[in-house]
Amino acid sequence: MSLYTREAIIQHFKNPQNYGQIKNPDIKIKHHNPLCGDEQEWFFVFNKSKEKEKWTVKDVKFTGSGCAISTASASILSEYIKGKTIADIQKIQTSDILNMMDLDNLSSNRIKCANLPLDTIKKAIKNI
Amino acid sequence: MTDKFKNIKKDFPIFARYPKLVYLDTTATAQKPKCVIDALDEFYTTCNANVHRGIYKLSEIATEAYEKSRKVVAGFIGAKSKKEIIFTRNTTESINIVARSFLPKIIRSNQGTVLISSMEHHSNIIPWQIMKKQLNFNLQVIKLTPEYELDMDDLEAKLKKYNVKLIAITHISNVLGTINPVEKIASLAKKHNCYVLVDGAQAVGHIKIDVSKLGVDFYTFSGHKMMGPLGIGVLWAKEKLLEKMDPFLGGGEMINTVSWQSFTPADIPYKFEAGTPNAAGAYALGKACQYLEKILPYIKEHEENIMKYFIENIFKIKDLTVYGPPLNKKIGIFSFSIDNLHAHDISYILDEQNIAVRAGHHCAMPLHKKIIKKPSTVRASFYIYNTLEDIDKLIKGLQKAVKILK
Ligand SMILES: Cc1ncc(COP(=O)(O)O)c(C=O)c1O
Repeated sequence: MSLYTREAIIQHFKNPQNYGQIKNPDIKIKHHNPLCGDEQEWFFVFNKSKEKEKWTVKDVKFTGSGCAISTASASILSEYIKGKTIADIQKIQTSDILNMMDLDNLSSNRIKCANLPLDTIKKAIKNI
Repeated sequence: MTDKFKNIKKDFPIFARYPKLVYLDTTATAQKPKCVIDALDEFYTTCNANVHRGIYKLSEIATEAYEKSRKVVAGFIGAKSKKEIIFTRNTTESINIVARSFLPKIIRSNQGTVLISSMEHHSNIIPWQIMKKQLNFNLQVIKLTPEYELDMDDLEAKLKKYNVKLIAITHISNVLGTINPVEKIASLAKKHNCYVLVDGAQAVGHIKIDVSKLGVDFYTFSGHKMMGPLGIGVLWAKEKLLEKMDPFLGGGEMINTVSWQSFTPADIPYKFEAGTPNAAGAYALGKACQYLEKILPYIKEHEENIMKYFIENIFKIKDLTVYGPPLNKKIGIFSFSIDNLHAHDISYILDEQNIAVRAGHHCAMPLHKKIIKKPSTVRASFYIYNTLEDIDKLIKGLQKAVKILK
């Protein structure tokens, strides 16, 4: 079956969730995929508590132009991480994203596209 | 004329293995004719020994095959002598040799300018940037015209304004397909007393190259883009210049004598061929040259037909932009974009229909960023084994992509 007839991907690509900016984010991060030159910028606001691991994502948005895979992945992930703790986010794996996107096999180059948002998010929370 | 090549696809075994394959990425690497594939096999079954090292018969057979190929390559590009042919891994390595071993000979005192153009591949940008850190020279970039050709006025202006020591320029752009007027550039360079290096990666298998007529000092190319095997490339340079240059890598093969503290280098070309060379690759490259020699006049004609058909039909796709000069100024390399569609998505959907195109910046990031003003484009490139039918399939494939993605 064509990758691009998968509902999850096409829906999220054509109507990405949480697309946009946040004015005064706790964290803002830009990330770049050297393979295609795509760039995404992410914005995060947290509900903070004493231990960093227990902070939860209060709001998240992203911008940038990307291919269908990286855009759908960003949209799906942004929904998924809302309300999750930092500890939860650290545990997310590439295989989890592929599951959420309903993809079983993807070429190694395209996995980079799917991973771009996750890489960015992980880099962002590392900097807290 | 196209009829003559109806059967040429049969020379390329990859199409027998993948009968549905529409291969439109020759610019990245060309498919190989059977004679080249067989040559690799032949070398390893009949000649395999280390070249230049054994006294025994088999080593001599290997050496002879290797050196004969050097002569074939020299003849193919019009070099005066086979001593001027250095076997390298690829264009990238060839350019790096010149950057490391020649540039310090002409730029010594933190003075001088190296000129490149706006359509260079990263291979002809980064070696100069690396050397700039050491030698601290001025790196200037020649502009393009709105038609995606080299701006010759800008070139002349820069030659007048700066103390240019070297012009490093591509013969044919791997993104735009533009053929640069290398002879004219070389004669301008002569007036201004500067050297010229040409990146011939996209030119050698497509147009006839005669280095003795071009008037340039260095010519670099890759075997794999001209139907030869991977891992073998060429640096051609005038004998006088090669003699002036220091060795690039040190090791076996490139020496005359060695003591604990010093060495004396071998004569050219061996001075630049440290370590065991890719003799099988060189041998097969010779076969590629011989194959090309026969069909080169027709490649041009065939590509012209294909280009014309491409341009007549590609705009059936709405909101499509092609980046490149008029057809009489280029070869069959077309980069394009479709409004609001991502190059990766287009290429993925084409791949689902067995159509192989390149998507991305094609190792020309500054060109994309500054001139094309898109991070990525789709590139379709054509060669002797492509047909008009391939273009029909491409267009159908693009129509499908637009339908899915829009
Ligand atoms: C114009 C141009 N220069 C240089 C190169 C580099 O060739 P290679 O990777 O074989 O060294 C390429 C190939 O991608 C090219 O198209």
